[in-house]
Amino acid sequence: AKTRGSLVDGIAGLFNQQKLDDDLLEELHERLFRADLGIDTADTLVDHIKGEFSGREQSPTWDEVRMSLKARVAGMFADSERNLNQPQEGPFVILVVGVNGVGKTTSIGKLAAHFLAQDKNVLLCAADTYRAAAIDQLQVWGDRLGCDVIKHQQGADPASVAYDGVKAAKARKSDVLLIDTAGRLHNKAELMDELAKIRRVIGKDLPEAPHETWIVVDATTGQNAFQQVEAFSQVAPLSGIVVTKLDGTAKGGVVIGVTNKFKLPIRYIGVGEQASDLREFQSSDFADSLF
Amino acid sequence: MLDVISSGFKEAKLKFKGKATLTEENIKEATSAIRKSLLEADVEYGVTKTFIKRVQEKALGQEVTLKAGKAQSKMKVSPADHFINICQEELEGLMGPVDSELKYAVNRPTSIMMVGLQGTGKTTTTGKIASFLKNQKKRKPMLVAADIYRPAAAQQLKVLGERIGVPVFHIEGENPVVICEEAKKKAFEWECDTILYDTAGRLTIDETLMTELADIKSSTSPDNILLVCDAMMGQDAVTTAKSFDELLEISGVVMTKLDGDARGGAALSIKEVTGKPIKFLGMGEELDRLEEFRPEGLASRILGMGDVVGLMQDFERV
Ligand SMILES: Nc1nc2c(ncn2[C@@H]2O[C@H](COP(=O)(O)OP(=O)(O)OP(=O)(O)O)[C@@H](O)[C@H]2O)c(=O)[nH]1
Ligand SMILES: Nc1nc2c(ncn2[C@@H]2O[C@H](COP(=O)(O)OP(=O)(O)OP(=O)(O)O)[C@@H](O)[C@H]2O)c(=O)[nH]1
Ligand SMILES: [Mg+2]
Ligand SMILES: [Mg+2]
Repeated sequence: AKTRGSLVDGIAGLFNQQKLDDDLLEELHERLFRADLGIDTADTLVDHIKGEFSGREQSPTWDEVRMSLKARVAGMFADSERNLNQPQEGPFVILVVGVNGVGKTTSIGKLAAHFLAQDKNVLLCAADTYRAAAIDQLQVWGDRLGCDVIKHQQGADPASVAYDGVKAAKARKSDVLLIDTAGRLHNKAELMDELAKIRRVIGKDLPEAPHETWIVVDATTGQNAFQQVEAFSQVAPLSGIVVTKLDGTAKGGVVIGVTNKFKLPIRYIGVGEQASDLREFQSSDFADSLF
Repeated sequence: MLDVISSGFKEAKLKFKGKATLTEENIKEATSAIRKSLLEADVEYGVTKTFIKRVQEKALGQEVTLKAGKAQSKMKVSPADHFINICQEELEGLMGPVDSELKYAVNRPTSIMMVGLQGTGKTTTTGKIASFLKNQKKRKPMLVAADIYRPAAAQQLKVLGERIGVPVFHIEGENPVVICEEAKKKAFEWECDTILYDTAGRLTIDETLMTELADIKSSTSPDNILLVCDAMMGQDAVTTAKSFDELLEISGVVMTKLDGDARGGAALSIKEVTGKPIKFLGMGEELDRLEEFRPEGLASRILGMGDVVGLMQDFERV
């Protein structure tokens, strides 16, 4: 499933009939804003269109405007691209973090399926020992996919589960270790300290690990995504974003500004609740689904 | 958490400094600062527009009174005071009226159905409301696990039920409509006077799952249908709330994760477009972190009303 409907439904007609004046630019700004791009990114894009076309004799058609917007957005994404820090040997450790309910555990299930499809050996680690039945939830994913889950009891120290996860991944020569963490709001110092500790402990036995730390951002999130990424990067330096729930009506436009501001690449997108509902991020597809 | 909006007001205040009247021009400048604040707070575009228009109109009316009424030398009531007052009134108007009461049935169990998008906090809130009803309202609730899709969803509700000492009903392998119907019968056997149905998270464009909700509603006729919304939600809050309300005629809204630093503009937007009252606020992951909605609280939390009142006191001293 793709992001349904276009944020610019109905605006195409306007462009093809009207002059490129302030009213039309304001209309464009509103459409962009409604996709959660935020004022700054919407301003940037509107200014871009103004600069590109306002000197021209002939008003641009919607197709021209759309192509230009897409190119600009793709440029913003390209700016923050970076390669995966995958180790030559030993387990590839990915730590997954984010606020409550965004889709961390589900994304781990989907990522596991994705790596299994590449014939990798995948191990899961249940370092959310806090939320009710969080361990069971990950175990169900493990059972579904046939991968083992390293876990402790509910209420155990999450850092020690993560530590055991790394140890087990090394001992079993796993290719990939996916570490699930509890959802936490980024303004809670204690929980953020806990995350810093989890991260530290992961590196104890495997100095390079975690090789990747991904923050999961829910596509319905508004401007708070900026605060989330900012705060999480401070305790657990981030190397990528996973955007979930892009199968809904929310466009997830906030991630354009977020990737651009923090120079963080989007790694994957979630487009459903099943194991197969994960896609590698393609900036052109994302821009397509927006415009 | 309120700095964006209150900085809007602060900016508005600076704009008025030294000026004796509210003119069309300075009102425009100040409202544009506030407009920006509201948008940054995730208040929906249209709702923001309406709000700004109302404030502008009201403020312009005030200009006349100011000029005609107050002596120019009498500086205690500044134009800025008036302007802020107007904003405050309008914001309060948008948040109210208060109706945090649930609807209780007589001579049969009261029922509450929880609905919403994925991951908003339905299951947690189901536990919180049950705990609130048990402890504060001295009722005897039961929980119904009607989410058969999310891995370990029933288990999650069972854990919460155990924590608060409330029984949980579920039938493994059965469909949600049947589970809810059976639960209704079970309530008499278990002598429970309140039934809470925890449903699976779903997208409003998922017709199959939305129909399932409509079916649960028609077969159980819940007394309350609560839409659970995440305070971090952006512009899509309005689309979502409208769709759930159009299909189910929700009775109210629960805003969750307000213990974060999200501006929570979504609350304002949802209230405005559905007209449905906000019933409860989720203030944390623990089961006692539920608050009944108070407009002062939410308004000051989301809109910076507390700061605005502070600012007004500032003005008095100017
Ligand atoms: N439609 C849709 N739903 C998703 C997607 N990803 C996750 N979900 C759903 O979102 C809900 C929350 O997902 P979880 O994986 O439990 O989220 P989490 O971040 O682990 O939550 P906590 O651990 O409680 O913080 C579940 O109902 C998932 O099925 C997605 O891409 N699309
Ligand atoms: N900080 C905070 N977290 C909350 C609050 N309410 C719920 N949560 C957390 O949000 C996450 C999702 O909560 P759930 O109750 O599982 O959400 P749900 O709507 O039932 O999710 P699905 O059934 O997958 O659609 C969990 O990590 C909860 O602990 C709240 O008020 N504050
Ligand atoms: Mg989880
Ligand atoms: Mg649930």
